[in-house]
Amino acid sequence: MNTKNKPLLDIKGLVIEGQSGEEWNTIVNGVDLTLDRGEILGLIGESGAGKSTIGLAAMGYAHPGCRISGGEIIFDGVDLRKLRQDACRELRGVRIAYVAQSAAASFNPAHKLIDQFVEIPVEHGVKNRAEAEADAIDLFTRLQMPTPDTIGFRYPHQVSGGQLQRAMTAMALSCRPDLIIFDEPTTALDVTTQIEVLATIRDIIEQFNTAAIYITHDLAVVAQMADKIIVLRYGEVVEEAKTRIMLSDPKENYTKSLWAVRSFKKTAAAPDPDPVPLVKIDHVTAAYGDSTVLHDISFEIHKGHTVAVVGESGSGKSTAARVITGLLPPKQGQVYFKGELLPADYRNRSKDQLRHAQMIYQMADTALNPRQSIRDVIGRPLSFYLGMRGAKKEARINELLDLIELEPRDFIDRYPGELSGGQKQRICIARALAAEPEFIICDEVTSALDQLVAEGILRLLDRLQQEFSLAYMFITHDLATVEAIADEVIVMLQGKIVEQGSKLEIFSPPHHEYTELLLSSVPEMDPDWLDRTLEERKKLSIKSAGQ
Amino acid sequence: MIEQTKIPGESTDFAPPPPRLEKNFFRDALKELKKAPLSAKFGFVVIAIYVFVALFAPIIAPFGESEIVGSEYEPWGEGFILGTDNLGRDMLSRLMYGARNTVGIAFVTTVFAFLIGGIGGIIAATLGGWTDQIMSRIVDILMAIPQLIFALLLLTIFGTSIPVLISIIAVLDSTRVFRLARAVSLNVVVMDYVEVARLRGERIAWVTLKEVLPNILPPLVAEFGLRFCFVFLFIAGLSFLGLGLQPPTADWGSMVRDNATLITFGDITPLLPAAAIALLTIGVNFVVDWFLHKTSGLK
Repeated sequence: MNTKNKPLLDIKGLVIEGQSGEEWNTIVNGVDLTLDRGEILGLIGESGAGKSTIGLAAMGYAHPGCRISGGEIIFDGVDLRKLRQDACRELRGVRIAYVAQSAAASFNPAHKLIDQFVEIPVEHGVKNRAEAEADAIDLFTRLQMPTPDTIGFRYPHQVSGGQLQRAMTAMALSCRPDLIIFDEPTTALDVTTQIEVLATIRDIIEQFNTAAIYITHDLAVVAQMADKIIVLRYGEVVEEAKTRIMLSDPKENYTKSLWAVRSFKKTAAAPDPDPVPLVKIDHVTAAYGDSTVLHDISFEIHKGHTVAVVGESGSGKSTAARVITGLLPPKQGQVYFKGELLPADYRNRSKDQLRHAQMIYQMADTALNPRQSIRDVIGRPLSFYLGMRGAKKEARINELLDLIELEPRDFIDRYPGELSGGQKQRICIARALAAEPEFIICDEVTSALDQLVAEGILRLLDRLQQEFSLAYMFITHDLATVEAIADEVIVMLQGKIVEQGSKLEIFSPPHHEYTELLLSSVPEMDPDWLDRTLEERKKLSIKSAGQ
Repeated sequence: MIEQTKIPGESTDFAPPPPRLEKNFFRDALKELKKAPLSAKFGFVVIAIYVFVALFAPIIAPFGESEIVGSEYEPWGEGFILGTDNLGRDMLSRLMYGARNTVGIAFVTTVFAFLIGGIGGIIAATLGGWTDQIMSRIVDILMAIPQLIFALLLLTIFGTSIPVLISIIAVLDSTRVFRLARAVSLNVVVMDYVEVARLRGERIAWVTLKEVLPNILPPLVAEFGLRFCFVFLFIAGLSFLGLGLQPPTADWGSMVRDNATLITFGDITPLLPAAAIALLTIGVNFVVDWFLHKTSGLK
């Protein structure tokens, strides 16, 4: 092949339009990119920047309701736009593979992993079944999956999320493609799992000299993975550079602002704790049916303090919140509010007890009733708890909207469907504030948001805490958020509290073993971070093996 | 005050304000209607004509409902546009009154069926647990008995007055509404905003009526149209069997039965009430189809 000097993938002036109603709107506007063999290109940007759309277009594909309306997509000398549908299909899966964000949603739960693995190579006649199975086991070994000989014969629900994501990467590699598109492959994973998946993905790309497009919104992740980075905004390229140059010397303002996001730090120190804690969880054990999720948990939250609860999914963080709100009465133990015992079931609590503990959810989409206007959403707690009516209520709604930095006149009559993700979360905060609480549980409130927007929310929460001396219980899996906003930290693992203390204590050594693992797994912007961390861990494991 | 450091690009959080929604509901509805497909427009016209006829039957009908105005089975012609029936009553007038009786009663029955089944379904979904189990099993039992036979049985026991007829059909039909309302509510009650309302301490009435109901309205409205068709088909069927509306009340089902013999002479008159039923069913279905299509967001 005379492709030596030509790039593997060459996209010129790509224009993609999406249909809304009867109109076509431009989603991607004139994007150029080139990719050589063995090279990893990082695509970053906020949601709606067109990252995934470009990723799919690299396979010559557009979502239903979208169309590729301009430009060239030249893959190994062939323009995919001019290629017939069936020829395109031949390429996909064999020469270009795709790894989706949610492996759990991409596997068919009714078939074993290996049956789904062999489907593509057998279908395309690359290998016969026996060869493909042998290859699967080989790839599983290389991806460091546990028990590679037998893991393929399990069903998707029988393996963990990280393993599933690696199985999907293995599947993408089944035909030894020239190009793999990774669409946020680790976004749904815990940090401790993410680091393993990142390491194996990078390893495997090196081993097979595959080109890859790595789509993510996490800058630290892209810094580890990519050789060069393209920053996208509103479907246009903002900046393109080699990773190291991009990180150390961003040119555009927008890029700089993305880089600066992690700089937010809580402004004021927490007040001295009152003698009586605002919320006290006393030896709580809770269970769903027969499976115990919380084992003898105790902690306190003081007025004006932010307590961050961190841990992987399934560690019992949200369950702890459900116990406090009374949604899940505990099997043993009590919850106290200002020294007063709270009834275990929320149905037995008084209006005032309910009013004082408010909750903000991860998904603002599902936390706002789509059929209620903002006026109704914020107004209801006002009339329900405080008995406000008419003009007084209207004035208070306006005041609350001002407080969350949304212009009352523009927003009061809107419905949730007419708001952006960050605005919805702000409305949820306003609704919680309307009840005039002293304590707010924030359950992963920033996880579903873009980093810039998330930072805005954190700033807002911080300001509100200063103004109303609110106490927050901040549930998150993101340690960067913890560092930004917490006063105290509780680390949870499998329903138990592993470590708790002030932020300073937790974030400075010596750490508990698990906290150490958690902390060291958080990607840093330094492009050498992944290598360094893996190296350190190897050393540690050799040392501990020698002992 | 804390100083707010403004970051360039932070404005991405603020979506451009959408064009203001037109508050005028009727103007909106009219605009939508203009864009509706031909089938839906046809459906609307048919329904409008039926409603008009049903409302103004006494004024526009040439003769009274059960007035004997000619001899039996008169052919179509001058005096009686559509001839007369087996007792010599004007066919056209009876068709018009029939619209009033059959459609009116069917409408009232459907409303009751929806009140019982809809509210029951939402409450079962919202409360869950034992309440849901008991209500659902009762509905299962009711649905296990063939509807027509069950209705015939109950009507023979309780008699065939109009209130009895309405309540029996409403109860029997509410089972299907219950099923639908419960199924769609189950998707809504797991939403966080319902949890928010519960944690706020709201009563069950608020949760069902303000939080859940508005979100399940589209499928319920569509189902209303369909159930309405089934109900008046059912009433017509019962009347044909002699257990529905009782003579001399004009009713399409019994009109078919009364004049059935004419068919053997090649006269299509007995088919007219049947055609009236068919036309309305088609019209309502066209409108329901369009409405479902619009609200389900399918393109």
